[in-house]
Amino acid sequence: MKPFTYERPTTPAAAAAAVTRRPDAKFIAGGTNLLDLMKLQIETPGHLVDVQDLRLDTIEATDDGGLRIGARVTNTALASDPRVRRDYGVLARAILAGASGQLRNKATTAGNLLQRTRCPYFYDTYQPCNKRQPGSGCAAIGGYGRPLAVIGGSDACIATHPSDMAVALRLLDARVETVTADGTTRAIPIADFHRLPGDTPHVETALARGELITAVTLPKPLGGTHVYRKVRDRASYAFALVSVAAVIRPDGTGRVALGGVAPKPWRAEAAEAELPSGAKAVADALLAGARPTADNAFKLPLVERTIAAAISDARE
Amino acid sequence: MNVTLTVNGETRSAEVPPETTLLVFLREYLNLTGAKTGCDIGDCGACTVILDGKAVNACLMLAAQADGRDVITIEGLATREGLHPLQKVFEETGALQCGFCGPGVILSAKALLDENPAPSKQEIRNALAGNLCRCTGYVKMIDGIQEVAETMRSVPTPALPAASKGEQKHG
Repeated sequence: MKPFTYERPTTPAAAAAAVTRRPDAKFIAGGTNLLDLMKLQIETPGHLVDVQDLRLDTIEATDDGGLRIGARVTNTALASDPRVRRDYGVLARAILAGASGQLRNKATTAGNLLQRTRCPYFYDTYQPCNKRQPGSGCAAIGGYGRPLAVIGGSDACIATHPSDMAVALRLLDARVETVTADGTTRAIPIADFHRLPGDTPHVETALARGELITAVTLPKPLGGTHVYRKVRDRASYAFALVSVAAVIRPDGTGRVALGGVAPKPWRAEAAEAELPSGAKAVADALLAGARPTADNAFKLPLVERTIAAAISDARE
Repeated sequence: MNVTLTVNGETRSAEVPPETTLLVFLREYLNLTGAKTGCDIGDCGACTVILDGKAVNACLMLAAQADGRDVITIEGLATREGLHPLQKVFEETGALQCGFCGPGVILSAKALLDENPAPSKQEIRNALAGNLCRCTGYVKMIDGIQEVAETMRSVPTPALPAASKGEQKHG
């Protein structure tokens, strides 16, 4: 790792100010992805602002019947919270489908949303990558595409967003609460939080420089049966080739979101109207306009089959 | 910068550069080499230690982040009376071969049993999902962990002194 300085402020606004002040500063929460990237010198911050003393580690009920999840609540704590397990089962299942116990014990709610892609060309510093080095090109396009996006990518980038948790949050219409150095707060709908790559794949979220995530809120429970189905190259501890988060109501209506196929959690509310018609209609609507590579065209039928399996799981 | 934490019940302190990981802190500053340097990117689990009751990868954490917190390493398990039951069963049944993954596996298992004294085989498998063993195939480890769980449940728990919690300087 390149040398850096380190501080632990005690209020969110002070932390936001500390990162805003220095263009080379970054927040660090669990560090499970950032430290990995720092060892590879893909990330080279000159200053780290640790958010562990900001008291953002509680899960509280909100006035509208939902939950406010502190930014630093660990993935383990979130997945084991009884309210989450009872009312937002898809979120608990998605989290437990990801990483290992050791990583979930440190990884945080906000950090999970901000983790970087696992595109092999992003990680290989000898390859061009527009996300790692803007303007350098994309070695993934025309390269080994098996893990990469089939929809939502651009001529500059076809990386996927690797999070399982974020797919469930997209399904649940979560909102991301933030604060800036001057104390201004806002709530960003999860649908608008992650950005598609376009010409600027290095810009991954709607966050401004120094803007700190303080919490993720969930609206009141949806009911229905909650399913998270993850298909990957081995049975545990691997990123999704395709994942499906679904809430299915007894009348066959519901919601569906996909992971592993796009640069952000992939959901199209219009596609959900097709649920009573079955998995093929939903998959076709979700993946309209998909541009797979030769290596990952298998993801299109895999999405349909995984949605079918999720619907079947929900009926059991 | 100064990093002070509780390691195996003792307060330990060192001056380290900020880029020091918890794993380097333990191995190179405290000479506790039980936690192993394997992949160094959070994949293999050879560096697993218990931080405030939870198994974590020491390689993916800054020592600075652990300042003021409580760490248990494999060196903290055995007592004058002998090996920890997990160490003992692993030794007796040949659950380890080369042994490199052993400290991490045993600490993952201890963290599991501390929270869940009666885990199913699947729960043990889930708890070991972040510990790679290239020798054994895990079967004797899983059997051994279940055996220890049964033995520990059947023995009345003696009164122990409260677990030492490091001074929580940073809440």
